[in-house]
Amino acid sequence: MGNLQHHSPTTLRVNGKPRTLTVDHRRVLLDLLREDLDLTGAKKGCDHGQCGACTVLVDGRRVNSCLLFAVALDGCEVTTVEGLSGDGEEPHPLQRAFLERDAFQCGYCTPGQICSAAGVLAEAAAGHPSHVTAPAAPSGEPVPLDREEIRERLSGNLCRCGAYPRIAEAVEDVIS
Amino acid sequence: MKEFAYVRAGSVEEATSAYASRTGARYLGGGTNLVDLMKLGVEAPAALIDVTRLPLDSVEELPGGALRIGAMVRNSDLAAHPLVRHRYPALSQAVLAGASGQLRNAATTGGNLLQRTRCPYFQDLSKPCNKREPGSGCGARDGVHRDHAVLGHSAHCIATHPSDMAVALTALDGRVELVGPEGARSVAAADFHRLPGDRPEQDTEIRPGELVTGVVLPAATAGLSSAYRKARDRASYAFALASVAVVLRLEDGVIGHAGLAFGALAHRPWRARRAEEALLGAAPTRAAFEHAVDLELAAAQPLRDNAYKVPLARNLAVDVLSRLTDAALTGRAS
Repeated sequence: MGNLQHHSPTTLRVNGKPRTLTVDHRRVLLDLLREDLDLTGAKKGCDHGQCGACTVLVDGRRVNSCLLFAVALDGCEVTTVEGLSGDGEEPHPLQRAFLERDAFQCGYCTPGQICSAAGVLAEAAAGHPSHVTAPAAPSGEPVPLDREEIRERLSGNLCRCGAYPRIAEAVEDVIS
Repeated sequence: MKEFAYVRAGSVEEATSAYASRTGARYLGGGTNLVDLMKLGVEAPAALIDVTRLPLDSVEELPGGALRIGAMVRNSDLAAHPLVRHRYPALSQAVLAGASGQLRNAATTGGNLLQRTRCPYFQDLSKPCNKREPGSGCGARDGVHRDHAVLGHSAHCIATHPSDMAVALTALDGRVELVGPEGARSVAAADFHRLPGDRPEQDTEIRPGELVTGVVLPAATAGLSSAYRKARDRASYAFALASVAVVLRLEDGVIGHAGLAFGALAHRPWRARRAEEALLGAAPTRAAFEHAVDLELAAAQPLRDNAYKVPLARNLAVDVLSRLTDAALTGRAS
């Protein structure tokens, strides 16, 4: 267990279920999900916040789970690709669209792409602008997501197979 | 990664006293840079004081029209805030030009200011770096330095400050609010970051134990317009090769106020005072813009592989000045 000064009890609500663990302060959320909770959907790509493969939702917002110490998230709600569709009976519309569009080759970046896209939809609905949103667009109103917006907003998710055109199409399918 | 103690601060006072009572403490904001540096071994704090739950997470208008941005306001919330978008578009644009959606959701206003350079020599423990290890030398000066400084660098360090947000805050005459063991104070954003000189390990004027609590922007008076433009190697999710924030007001057909700052050219956001002086009172013509920006950039001392930054920065600044002026003269929103 090690020195208590370097560990803390931490409770996260993961995909709807409360999970309490004594975590080494060095444990990042990504490793906690994969190693401690056996939720291997979120992937370790670069482990430095550059590739987006580890993207999950914390309190509904997309983040890089490789850059978050789990201890700092005590009390937070975490949603991974495994929990995106709620009860898991039906795939999330984004999951279905990625399948229908064949929006991947190796699939390693896909859980991150899908969680990130879920975050994008929520951000645009809440009126969050992006680098390509017209500065004069009204504040607080949903931002329409055209191809350019989707590509800009998903730029934090790299796909080394280069499946970008179909990823963008899959997200478009869910919007329309 | 070295083990560390963790303290979640519930108030600013709790945070500063927790910091003061431990050696090797660091404040933890969104962690998007600090956690990465800990993984790389560049940072090895003995304790992290988590300040993300401090009640400094709002953007509020002060009496008289100034705007206070709490240090814990996340970058994405800052960029989306209606008052920021409408009154200080350069700030919203600068934040949105940086990083990715995921990183902006985590990164805080205070942490953005305090992020470290992305100089590859700083981030690589096997390389010499005076900023990381004073006295070890600078690997970049004769090495790979295409992204490095052209203004204000020293024999000891040629790193640039990577923030987009700080460039806009500098041009907008923002002030950084700090609380530390000796009380509260504020520093102009333009003076908050340092030039490297012979102490490149010191990025800012922050004193040991001080915590950034917020940033205050002066009231955006009628007719003030602003914009940010950034050049990078790809269309999104890359650090600047050069960037510019411009704040402008025309009065009776001449320039009544000019705030101009460059990013990615120096160890700090580069407030272009010489250019501003030349612009004040001038008619807003392309020739006047070129003249003013050239006066500023005459001080540039490019390295072997980064001379391209000087004309790039010049063209960005002239373009943004021209666009803001055109918009003001035709009555369009900038």
